[in-house]
Amino acid sequence: MSLLAGALLLLGAVFMTLGAAGLVRLPDVYTRMSASSKAATLGASLALLGAAVHFGSAAVAGRAVVIVAFLFLTAPVAAHAIGRAGYRRKSPLWRGTIADELADADPGRKESA
Amino acid sequence: MSPAALAAAALALLGASVLLVLVRLVRGPDLANRVVALDLLSILGVGIASAAAVVSGDAVYLDVALILALIAFVSTVAFARYAEQGGDE
Repeated sequence: MSLLAGALLLLGAVFMTLGAAGLVRLPDVYTRMSASSKAATLGASLALLGAAVHFGSAAVAGRAVVIVAFLFLTAPVAAHAIGRAGYRRKSPLWRGTIADELADADPGRKESA
Repeated sequence: MSPAALAAAALALLGASVLLVLVRLVRGPDLANRVVALDLLSILGVGIASAAAVVSGDAVYLDVALILALIAFVSTVAFARYAEQGGDE
């Protein structure tokens, strides 16, 4: 295993750990979703890149690229679906939130949480 | 630091991350938070599968990562739709 592959793997693991720490430490569902979708997706992509470098064959690298592309396509969609569901269920916003542009514009929002 | 030690450190970090995510999965406090935790858990699974591919030297673990990524997306969207339409906690 080359040093580069190991370093990419470790960097990816660090980013995924940051995402997990954000999930535990951040104050509301929207900020947690942001941490998990961005930091963890980047971390997983770096780990896959590390695997591609480690094997160094076109077949493995192609598979890794496909997975990374799929993650980059689906992570925003999944995060959007979760955020929308959380907002419609009236998942509480952090008390420091300074803008809620949908406060009186979302008819689908449930009245009772 | 040798490459093998780097990979071992990566796996240890990923294991710690899984524990952190499980904390959020148990504590909630509501269904939306648990769906986020489940989504991150499956993305961590992708990372662990690629680390396992490197550590074991067997590229077939990347197929595991691919399938896990596919299932993670479908299940997250399905859970989010369920929550949006007023599913129980």
